[in-house]
Amino acid sequence: MDRDHDEQHEPVSYGVYILTWVTLLVLTSITVTVAGMDFGSVSVFVALAIASIKATVVLYYFMHLKYESKLFHVMLYVVLVTLVIFIGLTFTDILFR
Amino acid sequence: MNTAHSVALHHHKDYTGSKIGIWLFLMTEVLLFGGMFLLYAVYRSNYAEDFHAAANELDTLVGTVNTMILLTSSLTMALSIAGIHHGNRKLAIIMLILTVIFGGWFMVNKYFEWGAKIAHGIYPGSEVLGHHPKGELIFFGLYFTMTGLHGVHVIVGMILLTVMIFKVLNQPRKKFEFVDGMGLERVLGGKFIVKGKDGGEVWSSDELDDSVQSVKIDVKYWPVKKRFRIADFNQLENSGLYWHIVDIIWIFLFPLFYLIT
Amino acid sequence: MGNHVITADTAAGASETNFYHVKSRWSGLAAWIFSTDHKRIGLMYLFLMLSFFAVGVTLGFLLRMELIAPGRNIMSAQTYNSVFTVHGVIMIFLFVIPGMSASLGNFFLPLQIGAKDVMFPRLNLLSWWLFLIGSILAVTSLFAGGGAPDTGWTFYAPYSIRTGTNVTLAAFAVLVLGFSSILTGLNFVTTVHRMRAPGMGFFRLPLFTWSLYATGWIQVIATPVVGITLVLIMVERTLGIGVFDPAKGGDPILYQHLFWIYSHPAVYIMILPAMGAVSEMISVHSRRAIFGYKFIAMSSVAIALFGSLVWAHHMSVSGNSVVANFIFSLLTMIVAIPSAVKIFNWVATLYKGSIALETPMLFALQFIFQFMIAGLTGMMIGVLSVDVHVHDTYFIVAHFHYTMFGGMVMAMFGAMHHWFPKMFGRMFHQLPSKIGWFLIFVGFNTLYLPMFILGWQGMPRRYYDYLPEYQNLQVLSTVGSWILIVGIIIMIANLLHSLKHGHACTVNDPWGGGRTLEWSVPSPPPLENFDEIPTITRDAYHAERTGAR
Repeated sequence: MDRDHDEQHEPVSYGVYILTWVTLLVLTSITVTVAGMDFGSVSVFVALAIASIKATVVLYYFMHLKYESKLFHVMLYVVLVTLVIFIGLTFTDILFR
Repeated sequence: MNTAHSVALHHHKDYTGSKIGIWLFLMTEVLLFGGMFLLYAVYRSNYAEDFHAAANELDTLVGTVNTMILLTSSLTMALSIAGIHHGNRKLAIIMLILTVIFGGWFMVNKYFEWGAKIAHGIYPGSEVLGHHPKGELIFFGLYFTMTGLHGVHVIVGMILLTVMIFKVLNQPRKKFEFVDGMGLERVLGGKFIVKGKDGGEVWSSDELDDSVQSVKIDVKYWPVKKRFRIADFNQLENSGLYWHIVDIIWIFLFPLFYLIT
Repeated sequence: MGNHVITADTAAGASETNFYHVKSRWSGLAAWIFSTDHKRIGLMYLFLMLSFFAVGVTLGFLLRMELIAPGRNIMSAQTYNSVFTVHGVIMIFLFVIPGMSASLGNFFLPLQIGAKDVMFPRLNLLSWWLFLIGSILAVTSLFAGGGAPDTGWTFYAPYSIRTGTNVTLAAFAVLVLGFSSILTGLNFVTTVHRMRAPGMGFFRLPLFTWSLYATGWIQVIATPVVGITLVLIMVERTLGIGVFDPAKGGDPILYQHLFWIYSHPAVYIMILPAMGAVSEMISVHSRRAIFGYKFIAMSSVAIALFGSLVWAHHMSVSGNSVVANFIFSLLTMIVAIPSAVKIFNWVATLYKGSIALETPMLFALQFIFQFMIAGLTGMMIGVLSVDVHVHDTYFIVAHFHYTMFGGMVMAMFGAMHHWFPKMFGRMFHQLPSKIGWFLIFVGFNTLYLPMFILGWQGMPRRYYDYLPEYQNLQVLSTVGSWILIVGIIIMIANLLHSLKHGHACTVNDPWGGGRTLEWSVPSPPPLENFDEIPTITRDAYHAERTGAR
């Protein structure tokens, strides 16, 4: 059993977090601006794509996922894929009524 | 060297195990909201135009400001933990307080936003909405439920973080316990001595005779960097992770309700 | 009788310091309800669950009494609707879903992996308290103002939104119970990842542990979805948001989608630990290592995975699109495969094994027989052209009783006997246990086999009244329920009596074929399970025993 003994790895610098925050604010500005433009049916996908990038940034840096072991990544992917499948399979009903 | 340390009762904490636990819990939160995102996706597909029209009734500015507030609160949350990692307890406390304040600001905005809607007769089950197209009804039903549930999570987070402020103020500290069957027998007959920097005795206990049932030592350290063990701030990190998930939920709620104009 | 070892040959320190004798600052009842010891928590779950099972059986008995003849017999139509609703809610949410995970899983997971407790003992106790509170709320919904819910345990919209009965309270109760289930799953998954004894890699885990691990994942992933669905029902009823209400533009079928996205994986929460226990019982009572260990382990994961993708087969006549029906029917066929893998491997384990027909083995064999009927009929109804005819008939009722009752509950009865000496330090009386088993076997099949025929002939489910041509088989079914109940009473009475008066049995391995770690500690185990955490050098069902010397 591999019990860790108090991992005291190098702390992440404050700067990384500030930079992450700036990135998030910029992405938010982009998504608000883009919403004003008319992309038709693609709009929702653009909005979701930008939201996904923001979420990924929060997960990786604020939530430290970048520095965690593989197990945590697998957990997250399993859950996300499952959610996508739930929604996707439901649409096989909704879209073809 | 630290013989007292080795015979005492140790409550081993599994830091990674605790992290796995909180991540699993956060995954359940993702799926909880996920069910409602599923509903949103279906109704958006069915009522595309009605959703578009209803979204125009929402105030994009308030939504954007609230998004910025929550993102900034995530920053202060992360900085709070970073402060601990750098051994700076003062920074950690200040950042925690800011995080709670930002959360409160978010909720205040929400209060006024909802208030305005309700004053205009737009709320679940209202007569005004009853005259709107079905799709708009559904839009607002989902809007109030999803942002409402999200708001509940923000409030819970604020309470949690307030508790964390007090817990962090109590750190760093270490507890030792000598009880029957776990180390007490080795200290009976002796006594505890606190020595000063010059080696002289600052304080000593009475001799520990048979009347002593257990000895508990609670050491509170000065908050210097080398005294901070990451594992002791487990709860703070877990609270931080919770707060970030609440932020991530909003990251998706915002465009889906406010930006589909 | 049998070849288990019941001598007073206690291993050193076996019975003096077992977990029942631990001194804490609490005494009496408080020592139990505030204990974070996984063994006590498991037993408390077992006690509560069996009590609720008794209530559920009584309700079932009353249903069968009403159905003994056409027309009104002992209750009104409205009462009938409430009785079958409450029968379902209690059996499913208060008994079969917590099921073997919360009770025997709690007791044996740490023992099987060589740990002193679960990862989060206090969270474990919280799970139990939430279970208690949720159960009390559920029972309250039977008696409070609006009357017991009459929607069926499935709470389908829009009726569940309109009915004046206590749906909101019942939904809230299930929400609390769901939270309990999530925390247990979270606890078990983390425990398996972090607390295995040195040397116990994942492919050295016992199969009961594997099943608990896979189940834990389903609990974590699927339960939140029913959580939000129930919240939405409560919000719909109180605030009228409209998401499931056709009058407001909502789609009631979306309720069904969300509901079954949980409730189908929920049946795998019910059955996986039962299958894990069957693996343990077959191994011990045929004195063999499980055949195809890796296949059984991976099949648990496969069932968890594919079982999460088939939910809409419950809705094929509700108004789903044809495309969805095709896809879900196909997926349903696929999920049968890993279950079949298990059956093949169990039979292969029995082949040329040294089979002892102890009571646990009888239940395990009964499981295999009845689960095959369940699974095969499941495949039948997975075929759309069949389902169109038998959906919402007694055919479905028979199918799910064969899986849940004939499968999971029988495995649980067997496991209760199998691990009885380990949990209580006593052996149950043999003859009554076998008589009880026999009556249960005869009674169960007499009760439910006719229902397949009735369903095929067109008898609808949840109907209070029926045409005279169905009466013969209805009577047969009711008589079967009486035999079954007598058998259950004998079984429970025997176990209760054996708690105090069974032969003292404190050796580590009373059955003599134990290979997994729980058989290497005294019966009952000491508080922290192991004096010294063992280092594992062999796989779970190795050739040599870990039993008493």
